[in-house]
Amino acid sequence: MTPHRIWNSEFETMPRDRLRALQLERLQTVVRTAHEKVPFYRDLFKRGGIAPADIRSLDDIRKLPFTTKADLQSGYPYGFFAVPMKDVVRIHSSSGTTGRPTVVGYTRGDIDRWAELIARLLTAGGVTSEDVVQIAFGYGLFTGGFGLHYGAERVGAAVIPVSSGNTQRQIMVMRDFGSTALVCTPSYALYLAEAIAEKGIARSELALRTGLFGAEPWSENMRREIESRLRISATDNYGLSEVMGPGVSMECACKSGMHVSEDHFIAEIIDPDTGEALPPGRSGELVLTTLTKEAIPVVRYRTRDITSLMEEPCACGRTFVRMTKPSGRTDDMLIIRGVNVFPSQIETVLMEMEETEPHYRLIVTREGALDDLEVQVEVNEKFFSDEMRVMRAIEDKIGAGIRSALGVTARVKLVEPRTIERSEGKAKRVQDLRKPQ
Amino acid sequence: MFVKQISVFMENRAGRLEEITGILAENQINIRALALADTSDFGILRLIVDSPDRAAAILRKAEFTVRENEVIATEIEDRPGGLHDILTLFSKAGISIEYMYAFLERKHDDRAVMIIRVEAAAKAVKILQDAGKHLLTAAETYTL
Repeated sequence: MTPHRIWNSEFETMPRDRLRALQLERLQTVVRTAHEKVPFYRDLFKRGGIAPADIRSLDDIRKLPFTTKADLQSGYPYGFFAVPMKDVVRIHSSSGTTGRPTVVGYTRGDIDRWAELIARLLTAGGVTSEDVVQIAFGYGLFTGGFGLHYGAERVGAAVIPVSSGNTQRQIMVMRDFGSTALVCTPSYALYLAEAIAEKGIARSELALRTGLFGAEPWSENMRREIESRLRISATDNYGLSEVMGPGVSMECACKSGMHVSEDHFIAEIIDPDTGEALPPGRSGELVLTTLTKEAIPVVRYRTRDITSLMEEPCACGRTFVRMTKPSGRTDDMLIIRGVNVFPSQIETVLMEMEETEPHYRLIVTREGALDDLEVQVEVNEKFFSDEMRVMRAIEDKIGAGIRSALGVTARVKLVEPRTIERSEGKAKRVQDLRKPQ
Repeated sequence: MFVKQISVFMENRAGRLEEITGILAENQINIRALALADTSDFGILRLIVDSPDRAAAILRKAEFTVRENEVIATEIEDRPGGLHDILTLFSKAGISIEYMYAFLERKHDDRAVMIIRVEAAAKAVKILQDAGKHLLTAAETYTL
């Protein structure tokens, strides 16, 4: 095995005790700055009865109140900025699909550190200055495109800023420009694989060898599917615009959890219901505190992503803690007849069956007091039969798989191929038609 | 001995069948026989057409899910008990029928043609032949 490439060994392999000392020092600065420059935090700390001087150890972070998405939304647009506009060099924003968008700013130093973190991410995914990186994330208010762009330049790779959408052009660029690395969402990678196969492009015409996928949760099965269809190595990465964008954590070549860049973020896991901190290994909501963000310091931000932390050392040599692939978002989570259901679990069931493809849509309705879950799955020629008996058996098999994995009964509906929207960004897989209570 | 049948997956929504018949009409493909099996959500349309390979290719191009397989086409006499005779043969031999459908021959007004799908196809053919039943060839079926 080739030695693991690490972008910044000084920090990425820093001994834990030194790392913790660095974190504490940075945490104290962040809390002081937030208190001093952001009225929201001053009020929040005051109401919580805590002063910056109370943070004497890393464990004292638990004394700090949480910041929620709704808090950030209430500051729309610039309420959380800790620096004057003359120091801000970039503004991004969330899509605002779940209410008011959250606007995030970056100082020159923030942009510089972001590029550093993305350079770590790309290096961990195997990208070097030799690579031609096709960035099929949207360039715009979304942090994905620009975020990856500057990091790829930092690594010294040749960056193709093709942006999202226009699948035919993506494929043309991939083939003609000789892209070796692909950056996009996992669902779009799968879609591209399908479109490439459909165009009858031979694998030998492509130079692609690695893919760095993020911006939505995806399963191990989906990784296998992408890797075998595109014949590449695929790694996951994680981030969210509220604390920076992509680059908060990323997988190394071990593909066993995503290393959190702990010199820039503190990661905690809490019980989403009680807010209590959970020990390593336990699954709960990820909470992030930025340690170096100047424009918008964020203290204990509740990400709503469900994951767990692994403190065991990693074979790659990085000392940073790893987070498991988020199993879902607390706000993607559906409660169906009292059972918590994440769409990604249904994806796993479909990927595990050899007949089906991971193209699905969940439709939740309520009939009286009873929730009804319909899972639409696309039919394909691998399992389509002229015999109704065989088709019924497939429906039953999917239904049984869902029942045993999730503990809920779903109505399985087979639909024609290509009728489920292939989103070019984040896949839209859930329609919750229940009336709000 | 066998004739080719094409099956098409269809969601149960208005106008879907018409789209298929439209595509076939445009491409001058003649439907010889047809049967639809359906649930409340989807249907399986089974077709005997005059040029099955071309029809399958055209429907696939239009993004339909298509399956081709072989079925038995046998003549039966168009009289009371005509079908019963054949079913008795199968039943005695322990052959179960997945599905079947019928159409009338143009040439003989005293004959019908049954399209039969069984698991044990070879055995079924032998039984029909031994009983002196006329099995239609592909060419006969497509051009009747």
